[in-house]
Amino acid sequence: MERQTGTDRVKRGMAEMQKGGVIMDVVNAEQAKIAEEAGAVAVMALERVPSDIRAAGGVARMADPTIVEEVTNAVTIPVMAKCRIGHIVEARVLEAMGVDYIDESEVLTPADEVYHLNKRDYTVPFVCGARDLGEAGRRIGEGASMIRTKGEPGTGNIVEAVRHMRMMQSQIKKVIGMSSDELMTEAKNLGAPYELLLEIQRTGKLPVVNFAAGGVATPADAALMMQLGADGVFVGSGIFKSDNPEKFARSIVEATTHYEDYALIAELSKNLGTAMKGIEIATIEKKDRMQDRGW
Amino acid sequence: MINIGVLALQGAVREHVLALEAHDVNIIIVKKVDQLDQLDGLVFPGGESTTMRRLINKYGFYQPLKDFAAKGKPIFGTCAGAILMAKELVGQVEPHIAVMDMKVERNAFGRQRESFEATLSVKGIGDDVQGVFIRAPIIQEVGEGVEVLAEFNGEIVAAKEGPFLACSYHPELTDDNRMHQYFVNMVRNCIVPA
Repeated sequence: MERQTGTDRVKRGMAEMQKGGVIMDVVNAEQAKIAEEAGAVAVMALERVPSDIRAAGGVARMADPTIVEEVTNAVTIPVMAKCRIGHIVEARVLEAMGVDYIDESEVLTPADEVYHLNKRDYTVPFVCGARDLGEAGRRIGEGASMIRTKGEPGTGNIVEAVRHMRMMQSQIKKVIGMSSDELMTEAKNLGAPYELLLEIQRTGKLPVVNFAAGGVATPADAALMMQLGADGVFVGSGIFKSDNPEKFARSIVEATTHYEDYALIAELSKNLGTAMKGIEIATIEKKDRMQDRGW
Repeated sequence: MINIGVLALQGAVREHVLALEAHDVNIIIVKKVDQLDQLDGLVFPGGESTTMRRLINKYGFYQPLKDFAAKGKPIFGTCAGAILMAKELVGQVEPHIAVMDMKVERNAFGRQRESFEATLSVKGIGDDVQGVFIRAPIIQEVGEGVEVLAEFNGEIVAAKEGPFLACSYHPELTDDNRMHQYFVNMVRNCIVPA
C-alpha cells in the first residue's frame, strides 16, 4: 500500500498530539530522562539553555550532533532541536539525524536576515516563534506546522510571552468578527497571507497548534499561559536553572494539565525552592532582545 | 442520551470531541476520577503515552480505569490510547491499563519523518479509510478473543475485543468520523446498568 510522508496532516497532527503538554529544554541524556520521567511530551535538545546562551554572547548555532544523538538515545518521547533562522543546512542536518521537530529559532543567531526557511520543502515538521498574528501567518505560509510565542527567551520573565499571546488571540478574534470584505486590507495590515485569514474566519482558530514559550519559570506561569489560550508550554531555562529540576518539571506538567485548579496549583507551588533568577526586560539592551530576530 | 468521556490529561482531546459531536451523544471532558461514574463509554486520545500514564498515576486514575474496563464499559483508544490499552508492550516490563489481549510496539514505523498517511480497509467501516500514522505503534500480536479490523502491509493497525476498540492511526485528525460512529454504536449496544 502507498504511504505519503510529510503531509500537512502528518506534520500538524504531530503537534496536535503534544497539546496540553510541556516541552522541556535539555542539554544532556540525564536531563532528558528527568524531563521524560516528569511527564514532558517532548524534549528540546540544546547545547546550552537560552539563559546560558544569553550570558555567553557570541554566535549561537545548532547544537553539536553528539548532544542531539545522546538525547535521542536516552528517551522514547519526541526530540526537537533548534536551527538558526534561514540556515538550510543546519535544518537538513537535523532532519537527516531523525529529529522529530525542528525549531527555527530566534534563540540562535540568525543565519539569514531576509529569508526564513521554506519549511514546505522538508519532511520533518517545524515550529517557529511569533509575536503577533502577522508573524505567525508568515511562518505558517512558509510551512510551519506549529507556532509558539517568542516571549523573551532565557529571562524567566513571563511578560513578553503574555504580550505575544494576548496580541495573537485578540487579532484572531478580530479576524473572526470581520466581514469578508475587510479581510484583504487586514491581511495587508498584518502582513499575513489572505488565505490564512479566510481559514481562521471559517474555522474560528489558527490552523496549527500555538504553544507558549519565552519566559515560563513557574507552575503558575505555565497555567497563566494556558488560560490565555496556549495549547501547551515550552519551558527553556526555567527547569534546569531552578534549585530542584525534578520537582519543578513535575509541577509545571501538572499545572499545565490542571490550569484552572487553583488549589492544586497552590499545592504544586509549595516548597519548590528558588525559581531561576529572572531578568527585567527593560534592563535588556535593544540589540540583545532575541524576539526582534526574524521578521 | 448516552455519555461518552474523553480522557483529557494530555493530547488531542478537542479532535475527538469534534468527531463525537456528530453522533448525538453527550460528551464529557474527563480530568477528574469522579467523572468516570457518569460515563457509558470512554475515549483514550492520541498524545504521549508516557505523559498520560504519569498523570493517570498522579491523579489516581489507574485503578478506577481498570475498574471501568472490568465492568465491561466500552473504551476506544487511538495511537497512545491503544498503547494504554495493551496487555503487553514490546521492550517494556509493565503495561499500562492493560485491558486488551494484544502486544503493541511503540513508534514501530520509526521517527516523525517516517510518519505517513495511507488508505486502509477497515472491517465494518469501509475500504477507503484514510489512516494518519504519527510516530504510530503497531499491534504485533493479538490473543484469540481479539478481532483484527485493519492491517497495513501485514501489520495489525486496528482491533476489537468485546467492548474495547483500538487503532494505531488517528481517525480524529480526519473529517471522516465513521470510526467514532462505530464506537458510539458499540456503546449503545453495551449500556451496562450502574
